[in-house]
Amino acid sequence: MPFGNSHNQLKMKFSSEQEYPDLSKHNNHMAKVLTPALYEKLRSKQTPSGFTLDDVIQTGVDNPGHPFIMTVGCVAGDEETYEVFKELLDPIIQDRHGGYKPTDKHKTDLNPSNLKGGDDLDANYVLSSRVRTGRSICGFCLPPHCSRGERRAVEKLSVEALGALTGDLKGKYYALKNMTEAEQQQLIDDHFLFDKPVSPLLLASGMARDWPDARGIWHNDNKTFLVWVNEEDHLRVISMQKGGNMKEVFNRFCTGLTKIEELFKNKGHAFMWNEHLGYVLTCPSNLGTGLRAGVHVKLPNLSKYRQFEEILKRLRLQKRGTGGVDTAAVGGVFDISNADRLGFSEVELVQMVVDGVKLLIVMEKRLEKGQAIEDLMPAQK
Amino acid sequence: MPFGNTHNNFKLNYSVEDEFPDLTKHNNHMAKVLTKEMYAKLRDKQTPTGFTVDDVIQTGVDNPGHPFIMTVGCVAGDEESYEVFKDLLDPVISDRHGGYKATDKHKTDLNFENLKGGDDLDPNYVLSSRVRTGRSIKGYALPPHNSRGERRAVEKLSVEALNSLDGEFKGKYYPLMSMTDAEQEQLIADHFLFDKPVSPLLLGAGMARDWPDARGIWHNENKTFLVWVNEEDHLRVISMQKGGNMKEVFKRFCVGLQRIEEIFKKHNHGFMWNEHLGFILTCPSNLGTGLRGGVHVKLTKLSTHAKFEEILNRLRLQKRGTGGVDTASVGGVFDISNADRIGSSEVDQVQCVVDGVKLMVEMEKKLEKGESIDSMIPAQK
Repeated sequence: MPFGNSHNQLKMKFSSEQEYPDLSKHNNHMAKVLTPALYEKLRSKQTPSGFTLDDVIQTGVDNPGHPFIMTVGCVAGDEETYEVFKELLDPIIQDRHGGYKPTDKHKTDLNPSNLKGGDDLDANYVLSSRVRTGRSICGFCLPPHCSRGERRAVEKLSVEALGALTGDLKGKYYALKNMTEAEQQQLIDDHFLFDKPVSPLLLASGMARDWPDARGIWHNDNKTFLVWVNEEDHLRVISMQKGGNMKEVFNRFCTGLTKIEELFKNKGHAFMWNEHLGYVLTCPSNLGTGLRAGVHVKLPNLSKYRQFEEILKRLRLQKRGTGGVDTAAVGGVFDISNADRLGFSEVELVQMVVDGVKLLIVMEKRLEKGQAIEDLMPAQK
Repeated sequence: MPFGNTHNNFKLNYSVEDEFPDLTKHNNHMAKVLTKEMYAKLRDKQTPTGFTVDDVIQTGVDNPGHPFIMTVGCVAGDEESYEVFKDLLDPVISDRHGGYKATDKHKTDLNFENLKGGDDLDPNYVLSSRVRTGRSIKGYALPPHNSRGERRAVEKLSVEALNSLDGEFKGKYYPLMSMTDAEQEQLIADHFLFDKPVSPLLLGAGMARDWPDARGIWHNENKTFLVWVNEEDHLRVISMQKGGNMKEVFKRFCVGLQRIEEIFKKHNHGFMWNEHLGFILTCPSNLGTGLRGGVHVKLTKLSTHAKFEEILNRLRLQKRGTGGVDTASVGGVFDISNADRIGSSEVDQVQCVVDGVKLMVEMEKKLEKGESIDSMIPAQK
């Protein structure tokens, strides 16, 4: 958690060597990239809002490594973090996002008619479909660093903007502070609600401060379009429904998101975006589209197949448990989603999920019948 | 955890009302004392090391209340915190420490010969005896706020000082970073070792940053005198042994502590102390003596007596589980220790424990025989 550590006036009296974190047992992107020389260069800098290098890296120092996932190990505290600390963050972004260079440009495509197919994933296997992204609001610090006043201002602005949605997007805001336990449990069971983070990765970045102040969930009456306010990002926008009609989910996602963006712009607060990094979010892993499109799909046979990981990799997909990040799969049901965020557009990423999941189901059906699937092995996308 | 929140340059652009934490559901000393007016007055101040009021209170904001214990809800980041934020901390101290006034003076007495008795607590009931205190080293920020460089400097100084001890105090330092799993398990089982905190109260204060860097345990060869380095305070000094000879434990405690203090003074880093607050520690609850003298004692019957809490209250004692703060008792064995820290001396406090435990063991024996203890209920000390 960005701490007093980071604005401790005495630390500059100590040499860079004395202050440099011990990363000898660490395995995350930050630890791979940071060097004593780089630390020395950046340690005296801060963004206009006062975010320092130590703030950026604290989560990575406190969390040496995840047993199964290569974590990022750093966060942004505001839009300018990606500029002031680019010498650290550019290599991390490159390492994390498949070689994305500091000179590369990112493409945004939120036109749902560009998605081919996706309306016919087998509902006997695909239990639910979901697309989420994040958005940051210009002019406010990000969750690791924002003050209570800023966070509340983001909430107020968001509630006003969302309150103007109509039609099948018409909905209501539920502040975490006022929610009853029953409402809360229902929303968790429906996979709608977020709760105070328990993951040390998230806690260490400072995003859980003042919980549950100014946190809440907005959703439409149908519960197919949701917005989380002030969790890991200012906004998380989610479209979801039971079954395998990813096309419909993505359609709603794009329409809703575009409307929300207009509403925010009208209020004088655009989303943080630039042509190099796309949408700017708290975690460098979510830059670009910030998009994770996925399904909960039954793959009890395929998931035990020795080349399961390899298949996912080639399809540019990743697996998670059904509780979300850092959870385990239950009953052979996996959360399968796109692995990439940056360097591909929204349409491209959802296309990968649609095509990839279709193939995984074909493989699952073969394995159920005891048939081989080697001929189905995909090439690296 | 004192966070970016606390040195966020934008927060002063927001009104006091916008920034004031929501404490409506809170029950801790900080929440009882802090008002908007006080917050308005203090919010733009900082100590020379840069600790702000938001740093002080973050743990109390993030932890609304403990089900059984009235928590303090604030911490100091350095010696000056108690001066710069006295408008908040003096009332908290007064409330916590039985009405201790801003003008009161604290008495230090580490002359073990002033303790009467204490060498004959019944070992059939008293399983072990222990006295601990904390010490802060002048010139360094405290655990919620120190930088890695500062923490390492405290460790280096401490190891030098401790390694010069001899006789029954001759010992060795074990840094957490290089301890083997086996050594660690043994030390935990012996009730010697501290581990990375899990209590959200402690985590919320920022003291676990960079764990386990510069943390360690020093102990003498007999394992009866231990020093924790860089846990919740710079130093925690502990004297302990099996059985009920509290007198011996306290003697070793006083002698060892004074030798350590001499060595630190020679290095020009005395302990933080003043005549009003006594020894300065991270948590306002540990000011004064910082002393917790206690026993693990079997009180199976007495602990279920209707007046158990009242008896403890009158004896100025408190109970904890055998795992330390925030744990449950196991098998009718309780950790019984002095409740006070400031306004009475070390000798006074250990005397309370010795006299109080002696009485409770007698009560336990009476209850075992089915006899009443009504005549033994003590007056309020």
